[in-house]
Amino acid sequence: MQLAELRGHKQHADRAFRVLAIGAAGLVLVILGMITLVMTRRAWPAFGEAFFTSTRWSAAEHIFGALPFVWGTLYTAAIALVLAVPISLGVALFITQVAPPWLKKPMVYLIDLLAVVPSVVFGLWGVLVLSQHFGLGRSFLTAGIILAVMITPIITSLAREVIETTPASEKEAALALGATRWEMIGASVLPHSKGGLVGAVMLGLGRAMGETIAAALVIGSALGQITLDPLAAGNSMPAVIANEWGEADAAHKAALIALAVTLFVITIAVNLIATAIVQRSMKRSRGT
Amino acid sequence: MIPATAAVEHTTSRTRRLSLRARPSWRTVKNRLMIGLMFAAVALVAIPLVAVLWSVISRGAAIAFQHFPAFFIDTIPVVSRRPGPGMGPAILGTLLATGGATLIAVPLGILGAIYLHEYGGADRLARLVRFMSTVMTGVPSIVMGLFIYLVWTMRFGYSAFGGALALACLMLPVVIGATEQMLRLVPAQLREAAYALGATRSRTILTVVLPAALPGIVSGSLLAVARAAGETAPLLFAVGAATAYNPDLFREANTALSVQIFGNANSSFPAAQDRAWAAALTLVLLTFVVTLIARMFTARLALKR
Amino acid sequence: MVAVVEPARLPPRGPRMVVDRKAAAQVPETPVVFDCAGVEVYYGAFRAVRGVTLEIQAHQITAFIGPSGCGKTTMLRALNRMHDVIPGARVAGRVYFHGIDLYAPEVSATEVRRRIGMVFQKPNPFPKSIHDNIAFGARINGVRDRNELDAIVEKSLRAAALWDEVKDRLKHSALGLSGGQQQRLCIARTIAVAPEVVLMDEPCSALDPIATARIEELMRELKSRFTIVIVTHNMQQAARVSDRTAFFTTELDSRNDRRTGTLVEYDATSKIFSNPSDERTENYITGRFG
Repeated sequence: MQLAELRGHKQHADRAFRVLAIGAAGLVLVILGMITLVMTRRAWPAFGEAFFTSTRWSAAEHIFGALPFVWGTLYTAAIALVLAVPISLGVALFITQVAPPWLKKPMVYLIDLLAVVPSVVFGLWGVLVLSQHFGLGRSFLTAGIILAVMITPIITSLAREVIETTPASEKEAALALGATRWEMIGASVLPHSKGGLVGAVMLGLGRAMGETIAAALVIGSALGQITLDPLAAGNSMPAVIANEWGEADAAHKAALIALAVTLFVITIAVNLIATAIVQRSMKRSRGT
Repeated sequence: MIPATAAVEHTTSRTRRLSLRARPSWRTVKNRLMIGLMFAAVALVAIPLVAVLWSVISRGAAIAFQHFPAFFIDTIPVVSRRPGPGMGPAILGTLLATGGATLIAVPLGILGAIYLHEYGGADRLARLVRFMSTVMTGVPSIVMGLFIYLVWTMRFGYSAFGGALALACLMLPVVIGATEQMLRLVPAQLREAAYALGATRSRTILTVVLPAALPGIVSGSLLAVARAAGETAPLLFAVGAATAYNPDLFREANTALSVQIFGNANSSFPAAQDRAWAAALTLVLLTFVVTLIARMFTARLALKR
Repeated sequence: MVAVVEPARLPPRGPRMVVDRKAAAQVPETPVVFDCAGVEVYYGAFRAVRGVTLEIQAHQITAFIGPSGCGKTTMLRALNRMHDVIPGARVAGRVYFHGIDLYAPEVSATEVRRRIGMVFQKPNPFPKSIHDNIAFGARINGVRDRNELDAIVEKSLRAAALWDEVKDRLKHSALGLSGGQQQRLCIARTIAVAPEVVLMDEPCSALDPIATARIEELMRELKSRFTIVIVTHNMQQAARVSDRTAFFTTELDSRNDRRTGTLVEYDATSKIFSNPSDERTENYITGRFG
């Protein structure tokens, strides 16, 4: 046996492949970094002192106060959560704890189907059916409802995954004590899944705030509205960007990019927290 | 935990029911009530899905099939209030942008997941990428569209390829996540078997691990494709809104079904709204077919296990 | 693969087990394949095996036996660098293969594993066809010609006594085979690469007695072509098939109060099972311990 025989000769290809894989993974960091850098640089001139405090937005006068849009985003997202969270939790509990086995799969399919309907189709339905035939008009409430429909499948499927990590032994422990099914859910399932469920709701929140097209179609595109009236027409950050980009001049575009940066920062913050919560709770429930 | 007293109460109530058929206790009532609420939630979820699909089918099919097959072939009327077909260029545009995005994002996503699971594992870079990739799935699509506008469209103009880039950015983290999940399911013994035969790491991954995980990866990627095909916001900034066919992936403004729906939905002309419904029907069919194919791969996966 | 090595090229050997030549008389002395001295394997800070010194000789079956946790599998995996794929695992001491340090920086782990194959505890066929399972190794070694591949597949399956059972369904999935057939397929897959050594990690633990008997028979046949090292928890199996037996046990690691594996006694199998020199070996094989 010669030492040379045990020397590798295929290692270059192996190393090249590894480098390729690292490069592809690193792309995630590169893209996120570039988004932050490129967009912040473009938007910088628009972040005047009044950007987050002024309620006046007038493209013609180059006055850009983003407060009403931040409000609109938060308000519609809040409406969406109020509607979507109980429904999603109910459906997730139904699928995992109540539904007979033969019904589980069709239910999961139904939820998945809801998740693939393109948002622009929901928007179309919202603007031509919901807002016209139900007396809602184009308003915060209409936008909230449409957003709720869109985030329900996301929250439901995440909640389902989280709930399913509850060990059978914990559930049986409650049932063996004579608990009803609901008492078992309250005693074993919910405490076990609490963290993950909070994370699921926050991911839904992030999605609701970032959703553009449906909101742009039904929110009403009114300027300067900061009101709690759910039937008032308003505007949200992504809707403003989508609706005004076409006619914007340079300064206006910078302001719109500034809105996008604001939206990016808020949604990323929400997602960071949500992801951290979900990952921690998943890890804990797996016992590692 | 259930307090012990509750357990005792329950046993007594059950004995009573057995012997005397007593009224159900408040605990049973509450249980039924909550389960009833869950049923209500399921109904509430089904309502919008059925309502939306009903509108899309009833209003869209009328137009799309009245002018069959012209609706799917003819160019888009330049004057939007004029009635009649079609959506041909938008269908082509959607296919170009989505197809381009798939060709970019799927190989890169698979490679990225290979790094995360096969090489990185638990080291710091892999953990960071995994975390940021999950975060990236939450980047609003309009932000991605603006980003591509700034780095690509401003320099090279509108094109289907710009849209493909934006969609690829949205798909990348989804493909990474789905693929890594599938790689995790490949048993370690398979890898060891290949190593013990003297296979290099890359060889093992390409010829043993990936084929074993393939149905799941295909399924996950197709779901990402279906999602991307329905995206609107990123295309608004990168693709443009042409009305004629543009088969060139890289040059000149193009259009897409979603962009056309958005534009026509905002219009007050009935003819434009009709076209929006028919385009919506086309888009929904397209995404559902892709989802269905994805499901078939998932089913194949389930059969194999 | 050349198994004959000039003694002069072997490096000087360290201290080793004293082998009782008389009792071992019926086991012929053949060239040394593995020369191990002071081998230690670590998983992170945990020392799983310590102080293993032994020689493994060509064309013999060497069995590693001992209670669970004694490090016999760990030691086996050190012989073809399978620990390289486990993050945090580390091998210290010397593992020489025909006089070459297997852990020298210029030695490639993949080349090592091509020459030193391994069969695992649980049959682990690839989810491919029977044919492609066997052809995998040949393909990675650059065989492209179909006829040549087919010949290798047939030869290996025949050698693994599986050919007659599967020759009509070579294109079928290997996952359709029974457990015993799968394990023989894995053996065929290993020998298709023409290794010099076949390491077997409890190859029969997932099999029924009949399948086990077939694998044991196969091992005896393969002995003339390969050097075989087998880890087994089954003492009867070691007694039946092996020429030499190494008995491992666990002991308290003085450094961190955790149990670590070590080699107690290494000798001709007949000697180990009839007249072991160490009391711990005797306790184990007579069933008083482990």
